[in-house]
Amino acid sequence: MPAELIKRIRAQGDRCLLVDLGDQIDEAVGLRCLGLAERLRRLNVPGVLDVVASFTAVAIYYQPGREIGDNPINRLTELVNDIVEQIAQGHVELDARRIEIPVCYGGEHGPDLDDVAKRMDMTPDEVVAAHHTSACRVYMIGFAPGHPYIGIHDERFSLPRREVPRTALPAGSLGIANRQSTIYPNVLPGGWHIIGATPLKLFNADAVQPTLLTPGDEIVFVPIDEAQYATLKAEQEQIA
Amino acid sequence: MSIIVKRPGLLSSFQDNGRWGYQHLGVSVTGAMDVQSHQMANLIAGNTQDCATLEITLIGPVLTFTKPCCICLTGAQMNARINDRLAPRYRPLIVRPSDTLTFETASEGTRAYLAVYGGFDLPVVMNSQSTYLRAGFGGWHGRALKKGDEIALRSTLTNDPTLLTALNERIWNQVLYLPSTLGQHTGRKSLVRLIRSDQWPAFTAQSRGAMVSSTWRVAIDSERMGYRLEGPEIALETPREMISEATTFGSIQVPRGGQPIVLMADRQTSGGYPKIGTVASVDLPILAQKKPGDEVRFTLVDVEHAQKLDRQKADALEELAVSLANIRQWLNDARANTADTANTANTANT
Repeated sequence: MPAELIKRIRAQGDRCLLVDLGDQIDEAVGLRCLGLAERLRRLNVPGVLDVVASFTAVAIYYQPGREIGDNPINRLTELVNDIVEQIAQGHVELDARRIEIPVCYGGEHGPDLDDVAKRMDMTPDEVVAAHHTSACRVYMIGFAPGHPYIGIHDERFSLPRREVPRTALPAGSLGIANRQSTIYPNVLPGGWHIIGATPLKLFNADAVQPTLLTPGDEIVFVPIDEAQYATLKAEQEQIA
Repeated sequence: MSIIVKRPGLLSSFQDNGRWGYQHLGVSVTGAMDVQSHQMANLIAGNTQDCATLEITLIGPVLTFTKPCCICLTGAQMNARINDRLAPRYRPLIVRPSDTLTFETASEGTRAYLAVYGGFDLPVVMNSQSTYLRAGFGGWHGRALKKGDEIALRSTLTNDPTLLTALNERIWNQVLYLPSTLGQHTGRKSLVRLIRSDQWPAFTAQSRGAMVSSTWRVAIDSERMGYRLEGPEIALETPREMISEATTFGSIQVPRGGQPIVLMADRQTSGGYPKIGTVASVDLPILAQKKPGDEVRFTLVDVEHAQKLDRQKADALEELAVSLANIRQWLNDARANTADTANTANTANT
């Protein structure tokens, strides 16, 4: 029954509906959110402007008018119930890709690696090994264009964020916190623990596909050394 | 080139109805702060609602036109002038080559909108011409206007002075009926309707009471991303950790510290703070016309009623569009017949 999978449907003002599929960060819940969002987006519902998944909910944005009709909340609730019913029967099909992200761990690119290792009671090498072998996925993109929330790492990675955020992190910085990884697409402020950096560009406004990653993508972090980082970085800059 | 920026003003950026369809990639919607004024400027200038307009903030630019065109100004009262003549708001106005448009500091409201018939010739980035100031793309080179910028128009009017004078007279004599639901909202009016969030009951009784009984002052660092409200401290009964979720235009977040922030056009796509409510869409234009130091008060409305009002406004805009058919026809007939304006039918003539 979809009723069991849908925790709540709540109006977020008069032009947005939030569908909660869970209360905490969890792989099965996250996959259902991605599946629901992808299905809704593919349906191209007239009057619906945006569908955005987060770890536990899906937001549906709509505009008033003839297309969505006089009772948008009822109309969208019915639609969501139908899709979640199919998902409940085991049909979460994601249009996911498998993306390799080269990462130069530690050193000047990962100034927090040693500190993170201490907190996790591991050596830096063990942290790197645990990080790049963990199976993970993009559950959400937010905060800035192309800024991914990647998870869900095992419990050893459940570090809270830094108490004092940094005001400017270099583009490509890989941060971890709360069993998740993120990569800063541009120079941005951030409170995550920086353990490495990727030479890849995560956002290009002029490209047909403006972000390197899309919600649902499977991620493989591939360790690279300083020289490989420099080579890849130079290649990226040539493309741009 | 058709418009030369002699002075840029405080913050003049091109905005449309917003960059929708990319929030799942973390791309902010941006778009006009006062969407109603933006849409009305477009309609009255003979466009569809969604062409980009120039959003002008508090201190206006000085713009010189090099081609004849039809413009409309809406939103904040900034005593605009074309050369020495006062240029009324909410009217289509014909400008001629070498005419200069100037503004005084806003005397009522904060943001004025300038639409030009046919639209500004700006690239479409991710389905939108809005300037994403924080990320530096969209609109005019991803930034606010600077002195010396020269902006092209998608279509201009005939150079024939006799035809232009006849068009001017015809347009000037046309009576415009603005539906009452699209009335003025840039004045002292400050009562804004608020839809309670699902987290409303988790706030203290005192906070809930204060939200609707207090007068809130728009703080100094309020801008296109969000408005900070100064007033009594708002607090949850028990503080709790939130998982980041999607945000909307008008969501009122309450970070630790208890000072509410209303999320505006340039809001980030997600946020992890508790939300006490959301401003009803119909009243967002009132808020968007406030500047730091102005005051607002809130009154509760249920979501069904807010949606009804929102729908009525959408319908009124459609009615307005229908009632302007004459003007669109006259402008279309008076378009300059040059090759570089041949592909503009979609923007100008729907």
